[in-house]
Amino acid sequence: MENNKRNILIIIACTACLVLAALMALSQGAVRLSLTELLHGLTDGSNETARRILLHVRLPRLLAALLAGAGLSVSGVLIQTVLQNPLASPGIIGVNAGAGLSVALCMALLPSAIAVLPLAAFVGAFAAVMLVYGIARRAGASRITLVLSGVAISSLMTAGINTLATLYPDIMSGLRDFQNGGLSGVSTGRLTPAALVIMLGIAASLTLAGELDVLGLGETTAASLGLHVRLYRFLFLTLAAALAGAAVSFAGLLGFVGLIVPHMARFVLGGGGKRVLIALSSLMGATFLVLCDTAARTIFSPFELPVGILVAYLGVPFFLWLLLRERRKRHD
Amino acid sequence: MIELKNVTGGYGHFEAVRDVSLTFLNGQITALVGPNGCGKSTLLSLCNGQLSPHQGNVLVDGQRLDALSRTQIARKIALLPQSRTVPDITVESLALHSRFPWLGYPRVYQNDDNAAAHKAMQRAGITESRHKLLTHLSGGQRQKAYLAMLLAQSTDNILLDEPTTYLDIAHQLTLIALMTELKQAGKCVVTVLHDLGMALDIADCVAVMKDGRLLVAKAPNEVIASGAVEAAFGVTITRGERYAFTKTD
Repeated sequence: MENNKRNILIIIACTACLVLAALMALSQGAVRLSLTELLHGLTDGSNETARRILLHVRLPRLLAALLAGAGLSVSGVLIQTVLQNPLASPGIIGVNAGAGLSVALCMALLPSAIAVLPLAAFVGAFAAVMLVYGIARRAGASRITLVLSGVAISSLMTAGINTLATLYPDIMSGLRDFQNGGLSGVSTGRLTPAALVIMLGIAASLTLAGELDVLGLGETTAASLGLHVRLYRFLFLTLAAALAGAAVSFAGLLGFVGLIVPHMARFVLGGGGKRVLIALSSLMGATFLVLCDTAARTIFSPFELPVGILVAYLGVPFFLWLLLRERRKRHD
Repeated sequence: MIELKNVTGGYGHFEAVRDVSLTFLNGQITALVGPNGCGKSTLLSLCNGQLSPHQGNVLVDGQRLDALSRTQIARKIALLPQSRTVPDITVESLALHSRFPWLGYPRVYQNDDNAAAHKAMQRAGITESRHKLLTHLSGGQRQKAYLAMLLAQSTDNILLDEPTTYLDIAHQLTLIALMTELKQAGKCVVTVLHDLGMALDIADCVAVMKDGRLLVAKAPNEVIASGAVEAAFGVTITRGERYAFTKTD
């Protein structure tokens, strides 16, 4: 009965867009590669230069953009649904900054322990999300209160990152990229454990989409439909923190992806179930970040803009528009 | 059928409901009335297990509520809460989501669920707007969508917390017709109402509460004769074509 055929067509169309965006990302850069060179580089190794560029530079970066975009977007869907706040996202409510501080701390104190970075990021993200949620509940949980609590937590965490950067200048040399959110220095070593967390997190979110649907109806209604509200709220916030934390562990403080993409997906779907929203958000998030990253490294070539800066240029006006829309809704 | 036996309960140490014994029968509309803050909504929360009683027992269809799982309760009792969030979903999605207690893993809707949601939307008179977002509906239309959600849950016991609030007279009449239809289908319908006249007009049993206690639960005429309405609200009742109320000095 749900508009399944339409949803399947949308998913297919978005997958096609993602493939095109990925091909564009692989071909564009300081050295432009044609489709033939791409294919040869990826398959038979007849073009050694193309092969090296692809395997060591563009492919890891493409995977990083795909994973960070999908992970942050799904995290945004979870956070917006659980907190019932369209203004919420991992960047806005301080989850990214919490993960960032924890990652920075780990880099400063355990510089060789790259594999534990996603875990450290998760701990920071989880602490931040619980802190913001606790503050907002105690203060009455209005939408604006939640956002302001997030801004305060974000500022505190960012101050912590800057303090570490001052105390450990050598280790935190890539701080500017990290704070802006960038994918230029991404390595396979950092990407692998985070990729695992993101893929498992998205799979778990898709599996629990029915519970998320019910939780989105509000606490009283969800409880009357038999959902263990406190358990699932905790579970979804934990998943959101794991997804955002894993993305931050290799992409830095990449804001606004988790805010913009779920709204774009909802607009395209026109209000369906959360399973299709999660699937579409992960596809659109991946496509969005791949396109943004390709643009960020080619627009001002030979200079490269951290992708987080470009995303911020798009995200801030979008956030302001959402804020005004919320105000209008309250006055209607 | 829902039975409350000497039930005391509330929030934390606060007892909003005190020593209430009351039975809500199948095939009847029971109206819960009383001044603001007298414990009507708390009583509904105790009836569907959202609150556990401090003392006493609640039974649904003869089974103790505390012996049932959340899902089992949700298959027996549906609740339309007084205040609701308005999610960014369509009417059809809302109706389908209420099939949650009937879904197995991985929570995929089957033909039965689609049929139940479709029938519920028809009965609530909201089928034409099934693809519209709840955020784009008027208050009355939105109430119909929530009623569809309630009906699609397919329970024998239906609890409504102030369902007529913010509804114009036409939507109120539609709601009354729907409650009567449910009663005739043998359902146990319990509704909190602020409109005393409506409660006395439509209910088979009126339960009057004051300060967390049940003053009386009887047929409307007997309730009027008992003087419980005067005791609870401080008004006297006169009956012409409709009930009229004047403030008692």
